[in-house]
Amino acid sequence: MGEHILLRHRDIPDIDKLDVYIQHGGYEAFKKVVTTMTPGQVIDEVKASGLRGRGGAGFPTGVKWSFLTKDSFPRYVTVNSDESEPGTFKDRELMEKNPHQFLEGVMITAYAARANVAYNYMRGEFWDIAVKILGPILADLRQRGILGKNLFGTDYSLDIFNHLGAGAYICGEETALLESIEGKLGQPRLRPPFPADKGLYNKPTVVNNTETLSNVTYIMQHSAAKFRENGTEKSPGTKVFCLSGHVNKPGNYELPLGVTLRTLIYEHGGGLPGDKKPKAVMLAGASSTVLATTDDILDMALDYESVAAKGAMLGSASVIVMDETVDAAWLTLKTTRFFKHESCGKCTPCREGTYWMLNVLERVNKNEAMKADVDLLNTVANQIQNKCLCPLGEFAIAPVLSSIKTFRADFDAHTKDGAKKPAPAAKPSAAKPPPKKDPASVGD
Amino acid sequence: MLYEKHREQIESTLARYPADQKRSAVMPLLYLAQSEYGHVTKEAMDEVAAILEIEPTQVASIVGFYSLYYDHKAGKRRMQICTDLPCALRGADKFAEEVCKKLGLKLGETTKDGEVTVEAVMCLAACDKAPMFQVQDADGIHYHESVSPEKPMTIEGAMEILNGYKGK
Repeated sequence: MGEHILLRHRDIPDIDKLDVYIQHGGYEAFKKVVTTMTPGQVIDEVKASGLRGRGGAGFPTGVKWSFLTKDSFPRYVTVNSDESEPGTFKDRELMEKNPHQFLEGVMITAYAARANVAYNYMRGEFWDIAVKILGPILADLRQRGILGKNLFGTDYSLDIFNHLGAGAYICGEETALLESIEGKLGQPRLRPPFPADKGLYNKPTVVNNTETLSNVTYIMQHSAAKFRENGTEKSPGTKVFCLSGHVNKPGNYELPLGVTLRTLIYEHGGGLPGDKKPKAVMLAGASSTVLATTDDILDMALDYESVAAKGAMLGSASVIVMDETVDAAWLTLKTTRFFKHESCGKCTPCREGTYWMLNVLERVNKNEAMKADVDLLNTVANQIQNKCLCPLGEFAIAPVLSSIKTFRADFDAHTKDGAKKPAPAAKPSAAKPPPKKDPASVGD
Repeated sequence: MLYEKHREQIESTLARYPADQKRSAVMPLLYLAQSEYGHVTKEAMDEVAAILEIEPTQVASIVGFYSLYYDHKAGKRRMQICTDLPCALRGADKFAEEVCKKLGLKLGETTKDGEVTVEAVMCLAACDKAPMFQVQDADGIHYHESVSPEKPMTIEGAMEILNGYKGK
């Protein structure tokens, strides 16, 4: 790949300054759409680009916009800048270092949605980005007439406000995010109705991820066809891959969708420290299926379809690499502790299930459990599946179920009756009938 | 009182939301109250509730739900070390342990001089800069990260950063 499309600050110094951004064609796309295009034409162009949501779900962005309930106003745009998935740190760089491209994307999206107000929901920890970077920029844009009333002599008006969260992963779920802006507990809503119909303040609302909207600017600056020059037919464009864990050069890498995992880890990430072998990888942060790094997986193309074909999700492309020294029982203790802390408490299977999974995993990691407890863990995880309003419960069990399936020996090695004679990884617990025990009776 | 003292800021915050949706301002007002009083006191919850024309219990539920609001007193600032999976793979647990040892406390405790409370927290979106921590104080939340894997955050470096906050 030549020049960056999203991480343009790496090619153009000071692009975070308004004047520099304008010198490089900044805000011309916004002016163009407001003065020469209808909202429908903008939606059509974004649809034609095939852009898919970069927050994790990969849903086609233009299609999402076209679901807005007709003739229902006011409408809102809310940006999901909550970025809380362990292993994800791309939206932060986009807002910090290339903020204007992001904001222009928000503006174009608001025009396409015929919204006059947009809220950028940022996790509370991004305080300095809101207060020191985006806040002053928004004030500047208002002063220069790029935000405000009757933009470019038209009857279109727009303002954008930051809204800081306060440390709740669940607010990255779009309906919980809306509840949070409304000043309520960040707990997901039952869907349908979807936000495009009844969203913020019960009005039609577009919710998109930060990176998605940075892409919108590029599409409207150039064209859908130009955007499609990168990536694959079904997963067009570039993606910011967040690479972390056991790699020599962790960081954000903007690469075309479809790049192989091997290229990402070895060519860009510089391989593993001490030339150790990789053991496992998580592609979508903590909420991933844990994949053993076989050749097959290393040669997998990182696009939405290819990853799904292997039974995993690309998600927000938060790639956590783990070397051969990592213990799967420890890894799942870490992820489970996270999800137990972040479960919002609304749905019982997730609230109770993550609690009991953590309980069992703590005993396993203290070498106080029996092999049957690992089976029990599997059972508890299975009882969370498909029973909740939002995917947090599914996220919590993905690393647990896949780790038990692929790295059972790591768990058994901690048990009183399994230590030093680990069961072969090829014979997972699924062969045995799960114990019919109420998870609520596990504690002693 | 909060409103009298910060009238302009509160009014401009309220103006960001529709006139009939005052409750939307509860999160920014809680940050303001916390900055004013050190933590969100019972009185502060009543004040915020009065400004927003909602019940104090609704405000209290927000304080309880979100991790970055506190209803009890702690150190003048909080040092919050990320020990989630990606950071832990790069030594964050050991880093947290050594910080505690250096300050002579356990996670969750406050130094004797009342300057800093040390906590282990969930992912802070800085996984490539591990080990790292944030400092939450009356002025907001500020990140302190490793420069690179070759130049990681050291205990000495962290202590220097903490000392830099003293007197602020």
